[in-house]
Amino acid sequence: MPATARTATARPTVSGGRNVLSGALLGLGVAAFVDEAIFHQVLHWHHFYDKSTPAIGLVSDGLFHAFSWFATVAGLFLFADLRRRAAVSPPRWWGGLLIGAGGFQLYDGTLQHKVMRLHQIRYDVDLTAYDWTWNVIAALLVLAGAVLLVRARRRPA
Amino acid sequence: MPPAHPGPVPAWFFSVVLAATALLYLLGVVAVRRRGGWWPTGRTACWAAGHVAAAAALLGPPAGAAHHDFTAHMAGHLLLGMITPMLLVLAAPVTLALRALPPARARALSHLLAGRPLRTLTHPVTAALLNGGGLWVLYTTGLYRAMGEHPWVHVAVHAHVVVAGYLFTAAIIGVDPAPHRPGPRVRAAALIAFLAAHAILAKHLYGHPPAGVLAGDARAGAQLMYYGGDLVDLVLIVEFCRQWYRAADPRRRDRPARPRIPHRRPPRVPWRLPQPAGTADDAGSGTETLRWAVSRPMGPR
Repeated sequence: MPATARTATARPTVSGGRNVLSGALLGLGVAAFVDEAIFHQVLHWHHFYDKSTPAIGLVSDGLFHAFSWFATVAGLFLFADLRRRAAVSPPRWWGGLLIGAGGFQLYDGTLQHKVMRLHQIRYDVDLTAYDWTWNVIAALLVLAGAVLLVRARRRPA
Repeated sequence: MPPAHPGPVPAWFFSVVLAATALLYLLGVVAVRRRGGWWPTGRTACWAAGHVAAAAALLGPPAGAAHHDFTAHMAGHLLLGMITPMLLVLAAPVTLALRALPPARARALSHLLAGRPLRTLTHPVTAALLNGGGLWVLYTTGLYRAMGEHPWVHVAVHAHVVVAGYLFTAAIIGVDPAPHRPGPRVRAAALIAFLAAHAILAKHLYGHPPAGVLAGDARAGAQLMYYGGDLVDLVLIVEFCRQWYRAADPRRRDRPARPRIPHRRPPRVPWRLPQPAGTADDAGSGTETLRWAVSRPMGPR
């Protein structure tokens, strides 16, 4: 493939990987931000702290909160870096973003809500429909991101 | 243990300490100027703002209310433990000292800074442990209650909060020379770990108030700690990423190395939107190697 031969001589490290990383970090940050802003603060569906939360749930929540806060900013700065190197690859970046956002939502919806019982999506309602909607949307996001990345790999930019 | 002196720490004590450190910095600036050097006004302003924040926490309204109001205590904690250290770090006091002191003293100071004890103390992991661990000890043991009863415990806790906050902030976004500072990955990990410890502690306090604090009061204070902490952390994260962005500039190799704070006033350059490589007037200045990335494979397959 002539394209890869050319890239190998220039800057092999800064391109594909950094595009995916930048997108994934921003996607994770955006998903966490939507979770925090809409479900915690606007709708008041989620609780700030649920008395039934075990210690492991609190630790996992804190770590993810810190990491996603950092990831939002870091993802944007990585994007600025790609731009100044003129190395932005939209399919890879969007693929990473969808996987990051969907991955966070899936982790939140399965492990944090269900296994660690951190808090629930909503209180005093039948959760089945909420849980399924939450996790199916998450899985679709991850799937869409994966399709974009596979296509980008097959057809190198 | 000294005998318990009921009543708050006298305000003059904090006033004297703050006045002394503010004056010391100004003396440094005067010394640098006398020698014909230059010191950015913005750095002096940071030092002054840091002192205003500390004074607000130690002498202002939060200090008066902190004994009976946990939310006021938390506002003071955010000011003293996060905002003050950040402003003091950005004021670059060590750089100023190295330039203001006579050469022999400056050399002694740089030896001290490069020595094993300070190198360990200013390592991001040590500093994060001191900073985050100190908070956990304060709020989950009897220390918080003791703080209200013994004035010198009160002083010691405040001193620890400022010093640990300074060491941690300097380890993450310090502008002073730090020859042995670990790379951005270790620093980012320490930063995230500290942010997590802060957020976990805030939620823990929401459910488990420290001894002597009412549940409703603890909830308001804990939420202030969580969201207020996030806001300050955002500044910390942006500054950390901005430093990485500048250091990772691909065009940096073409420029001569220079100190982070110049010795002479730099010429004023009007700010412009950054241009992506190869699109604007900087064509041909070593960006040729980066051009490949935009070119789609149009050639023969």
